[in-house]
Amino acid sequence: MIIKLRYALWISIASTFILGFFFPNQHPHFWWQKLPVFDVFFGFFGCILIIVFAKWVGHNWLMKDRDYYDRN
Amino acid sequence: MTVINSMPPAFIYILGALILPVVRIRRVQQALALLIPVIAMVSLLQLQPGIYWTGKFLGYDLVFGRVDKLSLLFAYVFVIISFIGMVYAIHIRETGQHVAAYLYVGSTLGVVFAGDLFSLFVFWEIMAASSVFLIWYNKTKTSLDAGFRYAMVHLLGGAILLAGIVMQTATTGSIAFNPFDLHTTAAKFILVGFLINAAVPPLHAWLPDAYPEGTITGSVFMTAFTTKSAVYVLARSFAGTEMLVWLGAIMALYGVFYAVLEKDIRRLLAYHIVSQVGYMVCGVGLGTEMAINGATAHAFCHILYKAVLFMGMGAIIHVTGRRNIFDLKGRNLYRKMPITLILYMVGAFSISAVPLFNGFISKTMVVAAAGYDHRPVIELLLHLASVGTFLSVGLKLPWGAWFGKPTGQEDDIPEAKEPPINMLLAMGIGSFLCILTGIYPKLLYDLLPHPVHFHPYTPSHVVASLQLLILTLAGFWLYLDKLMAGKPAITLDTDWFYRQFGRAVLLFCLYPLNRFRLLIQLAFAEKTKTVCRLSKNPYILLEMIWASLQGKNAVLETLLQRAYNENAYRIPIGIGVCASLIFLFLYALVYMRVAG
Repeated sequence: MIIKLRYALWISIASTFILGFFFPNQHPHFWWQKLPVFDVFFGFFGCILIIVFAKWVGHNWLMKDRDYYDRN
Repeated sequence: MTVINSMPPAFIYILGALILPVVRIRRVQQALALLIPVIAMVSLLQLQPGIYWTGKFLGYDLVFGRVDKLSLLFAYVFVIISFIGMVYAIHIRETGQHVAAYLYVGSTLGVVFAGDLFSLFVFWEIMAASSVFLIWYNKTKTSLDAGFRYAMVHLLGGAILLAGIVMQTATTGSIAFNPFDLHTTAAKFILVGFLINAAVPPLHAWLPDAYPEGTITGSVFMTAFTTKSAVYVLARSFAGTEMLVWLGAIMALYGVFYAVLEKDIRRLLAYHIVSQVGYMVCGVGLGTEMAINGATAHAFCHILYKAVLFMGMGAIIHVTGRRNIFDLKGRNLYRKMPITLILYMVGAFSISAVPLFNGFISKTMVVAAAGYDHRPVIELLLHLASVGTFLSVGLKLPWGAWFGKPTGQEDDIPEAKEPPINMLLAMGIGSFLCILTGIYPKLLYDLLPHPVHFHPYTPSHVVASLQLLILTLAGFWLYLDKLMAGKPAITLDTDWFYRQFGRAVLLFCLYPLNRFRLLIQLAFAEKTKTVCRLSKNPYILLEMIWASLQGKNAVLETLLQRAYNENAYRIPIGIGVCASLIFLFLYALVYMRVAG
């Protein structure tokens, strides 16, 4: 099941990657919108950036035990 | 105007809320609760743009019905969601919850149609006062505390708003609710009052603090009204304010950031309210026609899908009693609650702006508006927030709640099953509207305040969205274990400041202030004691004076210890008789003298 899903994911990544070249942005406002596969990289690295950054800040600073506010 | 239109929509709800508790037959009460939004909708559909229901108060003009496309759009969605929320809550037997909900809805409609600052303020306060009961009805210690913090923040917000309104009225002489000049102090106060309700960081902490603690059904109402009415008033009076562009973009990411850390299912969604309202605040700040359209359209869509999301998570809490991903994951809940899962996913795809769902037609408009306004950083920030939205609401939350890797240690939650039919129906209506507006955006676009020249379904838009979403999925897959790891914890937010301030006040009262009080009390208690003892034997005072006249040293304390003996002070009876005889003799003498 997991293997099948993994294949499906690879296929969808590949197909959107290729589709990006066929349907470029008609009205780009910035240079990166002209890149056909910008969102592929932005989605992937953005996702990882959010997870890693949030977890890092969370564990080093913001996350406390559940009774944090109840302690005297 | 018909009978229905003889009163503002706000009063339809408020009147309804007052009648509901009087109706004792349950079926009739339920029917009435569902009828009220229908009546309000009929009333709204007959309203034409214009000014209605005006009055005079202390020489100022009150306007209860400023009707234009902007106010109508918000009113439509508020009425729709109040109906959906009531279907979801119709099984609740406590009428008080329905009353609080409808007072809340009514006052929000009052805010939306208010054309003057006085009526705006009054409805603003009723909104805060009624919604806090939706938290308190949960009847736990945590919800009681959270409700108090919620009430305190909103009272402060209301006070700041009132200060702004008073200054504005004093300087301009008018209470009209129109765009403000941000250079005046009054406008700054009013803006802060609005920003607190819009949950803009750092003034946002009341939202993720309070919404997860509300009742299951009450929280559904709460997600729709307070923040979106704040977006409405911002769009009405602060459109084009540069500061809001940045606050909105930061806000969109702020919510996303906290949602990654959050494991409480409704608090995670609450952080995504902050994030999504960020898009709207940003759109309002951009202030172009397209951005205002985007912000209002997104408010409309957001209210629908966020209600579906909260209803889905509420259903899980309703049947399992569990609210944390750690208590839900790996229990294969998808086998027992598949319909809830599907309906939730409609909401999740909508918030993630998947094509064919309504978030796609509104969120992309705000992001595109930032592009048209040539703001690269804002565009990228909003774009990144979209990634985080799909990551948390579209992937992490459903994975944690319904799926998760079973380790064999978990119980399988025997009590889990689909929620009551009315809950499913409410989610169904919400999901249907999410898909309907997603597939046929013209329905919504025709209602927007400005003409729409935006086409969401261009091939490049759709492909770019799919790229973004699928690669977010890939990133999620890769970091799944890291994302789900951890132990139950709380995450500090800006409520830390007022919670710590509250604790500091408490400690100050408990120790220094209490010690001071004790000191004074003890001192007075000593004095009072002496006076009490003295009052039993006041002659002692005379004795002391006598002793001091004689030059002796008499101590009060030793004198007080002596038992009171009345005979010590009693005069022999003969002296009294002698004195009266002398008096009589003198009297007789005088009398004879006068008579003679």
